[in-house]
Amino acid sequence: MVGVATLHLTKNNFDEKIKSGVALVDFWAQWCGPCRMAGPVIDELAEEYKDKLAVAKVDVDSEPEVAEKFGVMSIPTVILFKDGQEVGRQIGFAGKAGYVQLLQKAGIQ
Amino acid sequence: MTDVFDVIIIGSGPAGLTAGIYTSRADLKTLLLAGEKWGGQLQLTTLVENFPGFPEGIQGPDLMANMRKQAEKFGVEVKDESVKEVDFGEKPFKVNGYSARSVIIATGAEFNWLGLPSEQRLIGKGVSSCATCDAAFFRSKKVIVVGGGDAAMEEALVLAKFAGEVTVVHRRDSFRASKIMQERVLSHPKIKVKWNTEIAQITGEEKVEGVIFKNGEKMPVDGVFVAIGHNPATEVFKNKVELDEKGFIVKILKNGFNMMTSVPGVFVAGDVHDHFFKQAITAAGYGCGAALEAEKWLSGLTV
Repeated sequence: MVGVATLHLTKNNFDEKIKSGVALVDFWAQWCGPCRMAGPVIDELAEEYKDKLAVAKVDVDSEPEVAEKFGVMSIPTVILFKDGQEVGRQIGFAGKAGYVQLLQKAGIQ
Repeated sequence: MTDVFDVIIIGSGPAGLTAGIYTSRADLKTLLLAGEKWGGQLQLTTLVENFPGFPEGIQGPDLMANMRKQAEKFGVEVKDESVKEVDFGEKPFKVNGYSARSVIIATGAEFNWLGLPSEQRLIGKGVSSCATCDAAFFRSKKVIVVGGGDAAMEEALVLAKFAGEVTVVHRRDSFRASKIMQERVLSHPKIKVKWNTEIAQITGEEKVEGVIFKNGEKMPVDGVFVAIGHNPATEVFKNKVELDEKGFIVKILKNGFNMMTSVPGVFVAGDVHDHFFKQAITAAGYGCGAALEAEKWLSGLTV
């Protein structure tokens, strides 16, 4: 279900992995239907944008602290970070077009 | 793309995918446009206990993944594409630019929000349409579920596993949910019910802090889960096939066909036409029926 290009983040490596460059982080859980729809789409983006950004996933089941820290109360939620700062957020599965739009708003083509 | 499909199925819930299993096994070249959010309403559920063949129940998303796998196995081409444009005025029919000799509409129904500005502003900040997805964020918190059908009962029961207190708010004095689901809710120690009550406003800036009911009463809560039913997803079919006053697709029973719309060769299945049952298993049954009739209609075409 999860592509090789996608990084899995925990509370121990989260800050380190997103502190520089652009990172798209997918907050998800196994028991969430829309997250399972989003999963393969996120994996595709990881492949297509691999030269421009890091794509990562946070399993909110095993990492509730990370979800809490970013105020995630609904999944799937995808947050876009630039040098550690949040620059965009998509709540709910929006299809590939929705995620591409999130990237474009932040100036990533 | 100049290929002409035998059948284009629009929708990927139990109706659409069942139709696809039947048309592909009938050797009809089938394209299924699943929508970007594929899988229909069952993608937002947990354990489905009333779908025959699964005595221990099956998770809604697993059931839909299985149905999709089964349809693809027999050769259905599935695209996660939402339908924006149809033309049933001439043959072959056109759907998003793809051509087909017949069409099965199985777009199901779309989620109804309460329609409050405060609700839209707070989606993902305490307002949710999916308890299965979001219940775990409300551990030990106070939440409201709005609605009185099976979906609302399930939301309340899922939330009760995590939340400290669940209140079901319903605008009538009785639920329309199935008896077994009602009983589970009404006997649950963590779940209360507020009858004859409607929400006027959801309060909170950064996240949900409470609600104000139409009678002026206030209640502090951390989450509001909406489950007030669905409307048929027929926007794209307006003026293309006959709809009733509520937007459901109308079936025209003639020439021995039971699943045909006002356009011969365009069939319908599932919640997009079903006022009455709205169950996964009836949708699947209608999908089967529509597929068999599409096959029959196509064979008549070539005679």
